[in-house]
Amino acid sequence: MDFLQLIISGLANGCVYGLIALGFVLIYKATEAVNFAQGDFMMLGAFVCIGFTNHEYMGLDFWVAVPLSILVMGVFGYLFNWGILRHMFGQSQTSIVILTIAMGFIIRFFAGFFWSHEPTSLETPFAGQDIRSGGLVLGIDEVMIVVVTAILTLLFYLFFSRSRIGLAMQAASQNQLAAYYMGIPVKRIHSLVWGLSGMVAAVAGILFASKGAIDPSTGLLGIKAFAAAAIGGFGSLPGALLGGLIIGLVEPLASRYGPPGVSQIAPYAILLLILIFRPGGIFSQTQRKKV
Amino acid sequence: MSLLEIENITLRFGGLVAVDNVSLTVNEGEVFALVGPNGAGKSTIFNLISRFYDPAEGRIRFDGNDLLARTADQVPSFGIARTFQNIELFEQATVLQNLLVGRHRHRKTGMLSNIIFSPKAYSEELRHRAAVEEVIEFLNLQPYRDKYIGGLPYGVRKVVELGRALASEPKLLLLDEPASGLSVEETQDMAFWIEDIQTQMGVSVMMVEHDMGLVSAVSNRVMALSDGKELATGTAAEVQSHPAVIEAYLGTSEISKTGTSRT
Amino acid sequence: MRFVFKTSYDADIQLFKHRAQAVWYGLLLLLVLATPLYFAAIGDAYLLGEITGVLILAIAGMGLMLLTGHTGLPSLGHATFMALGCYLNINFLGAGVPWLIAFPLSGLIAGALGTMIALPVLRLHGVYLALATLAMSMLTSDFVVMAEPWTGGIAGAAVPDINIFGVEVNRYSTPYKFYYLVLFVAILLVWFYRNLLRTPTGRSFTAVRDSEISARAMGINLTRTKAMSFFLSATAAGLAGALFGHSAGYVTNETFDLVMSITLLLMIVIGGLGFIHGAFFGAIVVGIIPVAIANGRSFLATTFDVNINVPGLESALFAFILICFILFEPMGLYGRWLKIRTYFELFPFYRKDMFKRQKSYLKTDRVQ
Ligand SMILES: Nc1ncnc2c1ncn2[C@@H]1O[C@H](COP(=O)(O)OP(=O)(O)OP(=O)(O)O)[C@@H](O)[C@H]1O
Ligand SMILES: [Mg+2]
Repeated sequence: MDFLQLIISGLANGCVYGLIALGFVLIYKATEAVNFAQGDFMMLGAFVCIGFTNHEYMGLDFWVAVPLSILVMGVFGYLFNWGILRHMFGQSQTSIVILTIAMGFIIRFFAGFFWSHEPTSLETPFAGQDIRSGGLVLGIDEVMIVVVTAILTLLFYLFFSRSRIGLAMQAASQNQLAAYYMGIPVKRIHSLVWGLSGMVAAVAGILFASKGAIDPSTGLLGIKAFAAAAIGGFGSLPGALLGGLIIGLVEPLASRYGPPGVSQIAPYAILLLILIFRPGGIFSQTQRKKV
Repeated sequence: MSLLEIENITLRFGGLVAVDNVSLTVNEGEVFALVGPNGAGKSTIFNLISRFYDPAEGRIRFDGNDLLARTADQVPSFGIARTFQNIELFEQATVLQNLLVGRHRHRKTGMLSNIIFSPKAYSEELRHRAAVEEVIEFLNLQPYRDKYIGGLPYGVRKVVELGRALASEPKLLLLDEPASGLSVEETQDMAFWIEDIQTQMGVSVMMVEHDMGLVSAVSNRVMALSDGKELATGTAAEVQSHPAVIEAYLGTSEISKTGTSRT
Repeated sequence: MRFVFKTSYDADIQLFKHRAQAVWYGLLLLLVLATPLYFAAIGDAYLLGEITGVLILAIAGMGLMLLTGHTGLPSLGHATFMALGCYLNINFLGAGVPWLIAFPLSGLIAGALGTMIALPVLRLHGVYLALATLAMSMLTSDFVVMAEPWTGGIAGAAVPDINIFGVEVNRYSTPYKFYYLVLFVAILLVWFYRNLLRTPTGRSFTAVRDSEISARAMGINLTRTKAMSFFLSATAAGLAGALFGHSAGYVTNETFDLVMSITLLLMIVIGGLGFIHGAFFGAIVVGIIPVAIANGRSFLATTFDVNINVPGLESALFAFILICFILFEPMGLYGRWLKIRTYFELFPFYRKDMFKRQKSYLKTDRVQ
């Protein structure tokens, strides 16, 4: 029973990693930019929701605050691309990497400035409630995370396979130039993708903060999400989620059964090892540039 | 004597057969042109020679060496240099530096002697500069010598790319659409240069070109391709009047563009 | 405008383009050589210590500049190589190896180890290298703790003094000697760096940065070239780390953290990617910002009675400056300096688009 609880809480964590990785892969696939601030987006999303919900701030109803913060983060992602990244067309990947890292610092600063540096939790209606069945005690928050992630995955699947925008995004990600010639507004699609990944980050943040406390430096969690994305091979959305789950499970298992300290370094070690030995991820497929 | 021999080479991209069982030879001292509609597989053949792609079947031999046993970065050491259809220059470097990279295959000093700038590295550097200076002279690039590529007009970039290939003192020069996007005068210059490269420098040239005027003006033999398959090989006139070639171009706007606009 | 009439190819190969340039750099050399005299005169060497620190940062910055600015490979883990160099140096010195051997050896081993770790990733796209080095950075502290016998772990390790043929050099007791020592290393590395850039090896680095496809078509072996650049880069970082240790006197598992790695990266971007000068300009900015913030803070506190004490302000300000640079001055401070200089040289014929880089709509690094 104990073991099962361990697994569930690992999965819940893994869902959050997976969602961060999802946003990251979404951007990478569609725009080739690598958002090193994705973890900070997640943290910001959490704080925005805390700002709307918690009593010491605005004290809105939780169910109003959630869509509102998702919307805010969507707009934030859209504007970030529209206002900053769009102007960097033609600059090297390195500049974009550095820019998003810098953005992470700024987000961390503002989160600390507007909200607090103390670990803060989101006040949810279901905080502290349990589901008991047999000897098993599951936090509602954890169950929620798994359920929401599953629903979100389904929505994403439908979005990309059915909706016009989703299909356009896919086309733009597969061949930007061709998509551009076919009249798909590549730049606007890029902004939309950023918006979308901002929204995913908000969901991840809200889930994370409803399960435990969050502080501005939590954004560094994004690095664990990179490990998740690496497992999935960077280009695959389901791969990213799966990778998140794997990382989420490895952590508690390593801390339970491994030598001390191992659980802390496991995600980074996994990231490094995958990059070195299986850089294409678990679902590896290699491509070449056309000249 | 044949310099480059390609035998029954085939390359597929997924389901698409980009090059379908093509054989060709380029003889020493000749200008060999590849023509064909867009997507015929011309650039792909270049990329196969450059070893950017691995063919599914076939052989490529150059000067008695099996190129397929080599990697892309070993190809230039046999004396093969190339240009690219979409200009691939080193943008954040000057024209001079670009040409000097073309000398890479002739370098004789390693990292260590470079770092301390040993006398050997110095004298080698002088030799590279002298060789590059000849290319600059030949292509009239003096005005752009110390300019960064990023700020150069398209036509000049094409010439710089040709210069970079020439700087490596190749035996075989692969030119992918050397005249595309060039003005009439620039195209004429290009034709003269290609002739000089062939006759004065004794370099064999293999080129892909849509401008049939240029092709007929400079090439000894022409091969027409379509959908990855060879249609015809012969002189420019023979290929242009070949029924299969006419049919391949029919319905595309290509025929008017490639008509005998120049003599 | 100064016309450079080339009488021979020598003009391109020499370190300085023309006489005047040589004179200016000569004056600069005199200035840095004479700086300690000033501090000796006022009898306070505190600021000299800070300047030495900036020089050490610049050495590490040069290492990263070679990799990122000249080879186009981002690294988020150069502090790790500094840590390697630092701890190797401490251990060599502890084992009785003379500093003159221990110091370069530490750098070289740091470079070799770094290359071994990075080698598999160097075959891939630069973004993978960024991620791998980031992971490495996150692991550094843990590894330092694990290697406690050599590193002192969390408690930290004291760095022995430098001893060159009986001459003791210590940051506090002999700040002038330490300054000259660091200056010598910095100048030596600048010279190496310049040599590299004017010979085939350096050109192959920039070729790889600008177009991997063309580089290969010119006969450049990508993996070998990247590995070479990485080795030299990590070696410089290792040397800087060893000097950093001497300058700090005491290092712990938290000394060489992710923030330091990222600071190095931000530094070279602000300074000007692709220019040796950029490493120095960036190091100066990094040296000045904390001082400026502290001064600004105390100014606000004393004059307006406003107390700003927000953690992370420094990094955020730094990041903000950086974003402004990337957006408005991608060539960094050195690029700005070049523009100003050209403006005056060409006055009144300067055109705004002189330095404009053509932007391609889709500069894709991705294979497709
Ligand atoms: N890396 C690649 N991946 C998938 N398909 C490719 C790749 N490179 C080329 N192709 C396809 O192979 C075919 C031949 O392309 P290629 O570039 O050789 O044509 P081309 O004859 O050079 O045409 P153009 O005159 O337009 O340059 C085209 O259908 C092209 O889409
Ligand atoms: Mg082509």
